[in-house]
Amino acid sequence: MSLAPTASAIAAAVRSGEVRASEVLEGCLEAIDQVEGQLGCFVTLTPELARAQAEAVDAQVAAGAPLGPLAGVPVAVKDNLCTAGVPTTCSSRILASWRPPYDATAVARLVAAGAVVVGKTNLDEFAMGSSTETSAFGPTRNPYDPSRVPGGSSGGSAAVVAAGAVPLALGTDTGGSIRQPAALCGVVGLKPTYGAVSRYGLIAFASSLDQVGPLAQTVEDAAALLDAIAGHDPMDSTSLPEGVLPCHRALDRGVAGLRIGLVRELVEAEGIEPGVRRRVEDAAEALAAAGATVEPVSVPELALGLPAYYLIAPAEASSNLARYDGVRYGLRVDGADVEEMQARTRAAGFGPEVKRRILLGTYALSAGYYDAYYAQAQRVRTLIVRAFERAYEQADLLLGATTPTTAFPLGAKVEDPLAMYLSDVFTIPTNLAGHPALSVPFGTDDAGLPVGVQLLAPALAEPSLVAAGAVLERSAPALPPPPVAASWRLGVPR
Amino acid sequence: MTPAGWEAVIGLEVHCELRTRTKLFCGCRNEFGAPPNTHVCPVCLGLPGSLPVLNRQAVELAMRIGLALGCRIEPSVFHRKNYFYPDMPKDYQISQYDEPICVEGALTLPDGSRVGIVRAHLEEDTGKTSHIGESGRIHGAGYALVDYNRAGVPLVEIVSAPDIRSAQQARAYVAELRGVLVATGASDGRMEEGSLRVDANVSVRRAGSDVLGTRCEVKNLNSLRSLVRALEHEVARQVGLLEAGQPVVQETRHFDEDRGVTVALRSKEEAFDYRYFPEPDLVALAPEPAWREAVAASQPPLPAARRQALAELFGAARLEGPRAEQAETVLELGLDALVRAAAEAGVDPALALARTANEAAAQAEAARQVDPGAYVALLRMEQEGRLSATQAKTVLAELLQHGGDPADIAERLGLVGLDRGALASVVAEVVAAHPEEWSRFCAGEEKLAGFFTGQVMRRTRGQADGKLVAAELATRRAAEAGAP
Ligand SMILES: [Zn+2]
Repeated sequence: MSLAPTASAIAAAVRSGEVRASEVLEGCLEAIDQVEGQLGCFVTLTPELARAQAEAVDAQVAAGAPLGPLAGVPVAVKDNLCTAGVPTTCSSRILASWRPPYDATAVARLVAAGAVVVGKTNLDEFAMGSSTETSAFGPTRNPYDPSRVPGGSSGGSAAVVAAGAVPLALGTDTGGSIRQPAALCGVVGLKPTYGAVSRYGLIAFASSLDQVGPLAQTVEDAAALLDAIAGHDPMDSTSLPEGVLPCHRALDRGVAGLRIGLVRELVEAEGIEPGVRRRVEDAAEALAAAGATVEPVSVPELALGLPAYYLIAPAEASSNLARYDGVRYGLRVDGADVEEMQARTRAAGFGPEVKRRILLGTYALSAGYYDAYYAQAQRVRTLIVRAFERAYEQADLLLGATTPTTAFPLGAKVEDPLAMYLSDVFTIPTNLAGHPALSVPFGTDDAGLPVGVQLLAPALAEPSLVAAGAVLERSAPALPPPPVAASWRLGVPR
Repeated sequence: MTPAGWEAVIGLEVHCELRTRTKLFCGCRNEFGAPPNTHVCPVCLGLPGSLPVLNRQAVELAMRIGLALGCRIEPSVFHRKNYFYPDMPKDYQISQYDEPICVEGALTLPDGSRVGIVRAHLEEDTGKTSHIGESGRIHGAGYALVDYNRAGVPLVEIVSAPDIRSAQQARAYVAELRGVLVATGASDGRMEEGSLRVDANVSVRRAGSDVLGTRCEVKNLNSLRSLVRALEHEVARQVGLLEAGQPVVQETRHFDEDRGVTVALRSKEEAFDYRYFPEPDLVALAPEPAWREAVAASQPPLPAARRQALAELFGAARLEGPRAEQAETVLELGLDALVRAAAEAGVDPALALARTANEAAAQAEAARQVDPGAYVALLRMEQEGRLSATQAKTVLAELLQHGGDPADIAERLGLVGLDRGALASVVAEVVAAHPEEWSRFCAGEEKLAGFFTGQVMRRTRGQADGKLVAAELATRRAAEAGAP
């Protein structure tokens, strides 16, 4: 069930001539307008750019030219993905005025597939956070309860899809930043295999962990978006040469005969809410009912993921964020000499969470500490990869919760970084392994807040994730529409 | 010179800009001298979201350098070297750290000494800052301008073992290395344009000791002359300290060209912590064996082999004295193939080497373009006496400037030499005309050789070859002395 028209419905209607892309877009912009004031999903709206793109699609339709698979589908893009000529801020003061001269590969591929970019969504500053509260431009709110966070860091993308204002959005996932907000907002979020989607034009947080992926109302739409953006890119040396198999075709494959491991560490962990745990167990039953063999498995090494991640990701970030020094672009705060200018620029330009992680990472890489911290974390990372390999000898897919809790109130964890970091405890291990994972909404907790269940798969097994995700979607308890929702139907009257 | 009783221990780090078509991690042109910031793109400017992609030609040239230095080519990893510097767009440099592409080689110098090569690795260059202010100097500069054309240009850093024992040996090492780098096509060898930049690690110890002293790193050695001056100064400075009972402090020093001294830049305590870690935006580099073999099979001849080939023209294992200097000149200028071609065509190797190291070398650029066949033909004409030395040089100048057939050039310029028979009859005429002088010459009055040569020149209007005239006079005198 979806609130707004799905991407597949829009693409079909545009293709058949039933509705024009420009009409779809106006409906979408109107829908955004209905909810944006309450939710704060966007850093920048791009109606002019979107109108030009929609008109280009309409011209193709009129000319009978071949159309892309997402022709006329409005898409929101997380504001850490470069868009040529459009501000790309990472929700940071340091990049507040920066306009990239180029499009990220994922964005360029979306547009080539016919999608229409309606705006840039809010995120935790430089994607560092789990609540979208570290954005320099203010928080995004959860459509299910605007006093609660949407999760993060792709909170703007998750919230705008959940509110039914835009059918599809791009997010990025370094430690759970697509799946965690998807779970907290009741939408579908997919983190692809590392290297499946080009990182070219994704402003790096932690290069060895970052991946671009879809947030959508349905598994089908998520698969369509992934198919459009995946594939080798010569501009990204870590982009996989072979690429992911098309996911769309796996939608109706089902789970009969699949072995699915219910991961004890992703269900019984300390701090998991009973409402969440119950839903994961329901999901396991649903998969079994659909013909899968569901067995409990234990992967104790997953508990090591969080500490390893909080050394590796900040270490890489400390280096990736060095370039914001006031010399070439972005914010500059003058000083008596270059060093003072750089120091003042960075002091004024970065928020406290970004500074905390730069400090952590700098420390972890420093002479005398490297072996104890960074190198040790890399050894742990290898352990986790091995542990997953063993688990995938017994199971085709793994199942667990996406997050230990449902959406928490704004401000609840800002002062307690460790509590905030624990929000990603279930999502981080797959990033460390470079594997794909999918979060699918599966009912609510007792308070009516959405719960996400997570499917994990070995590298490049996205089609299996999509097949199982579609089964879960069909068997999930109905998710009520959020209190903050756009009313938007296809084919607004002219 | 190293002070008596002391020994210098020197290791050199040579940074060589590779002559690739494009930069190390992007498609921008690698070209010196373009207007500022015209060869830049999101990647080499380090714009947010940009990613590096390794240049295959740079890897190939690095392998060529490694193979030329007898190194093993190893699977390697790029690291990030983190430090803030406005020249450096990402505020880290992508370099190789503990797993470089080339390891453990050696370079043998012309004098037979051997300098070990610890490693050679790939890295990216930085941009260039110019400080502009009222004074026009760094201190008190009002602002600075950065040109990022050089940012991302590929470098290979070649690190020698501390096997060098004097400033002169250091000079010979860099000169020989430059020859290797030019021969492999890796570098244009132009130190004055910064294509080769040298840092030196210097320590001293009592002669005969095998303990290593505290070392200093000396930077900014941008010509062979600066290298020698800086090293001689630094060695003397360290010896002076130790002889005065003061310690050498481990630090980085800068060579001040104007004053000819090294000055402290930063101490060990102030040294940067570069926080090296593996570059996550690149994958490990492991050139496949077939590629490595193809590179090895297509290595051009290196200076050492070419030097050897020149020596063999003289039937020697090694050239000495002025001939060795001539050989170095033609090797450095890449003109040794002309010498070999001439010698193989029967020209006296001494004549071929001399003409090439002097007259041809004076116009090296033109000489590299000259048709070797024409060059060899000219030397043969001189050798056979069809042209005098003076005439041959005139024809050569014309040949280098405009090309053409040397025989045609000689004819056009009216430079027709005398063959030996014609010369002998002119000499006979002169001797017959001056019997008294001839008797005195035969009696040993050597200075009369000049008189006879002058007479022959007059009769031939300068067309005779002075050396041949001298030879003819000597032959004639010997014949008369031997006559009954
Ligand atoms: Zn470039």
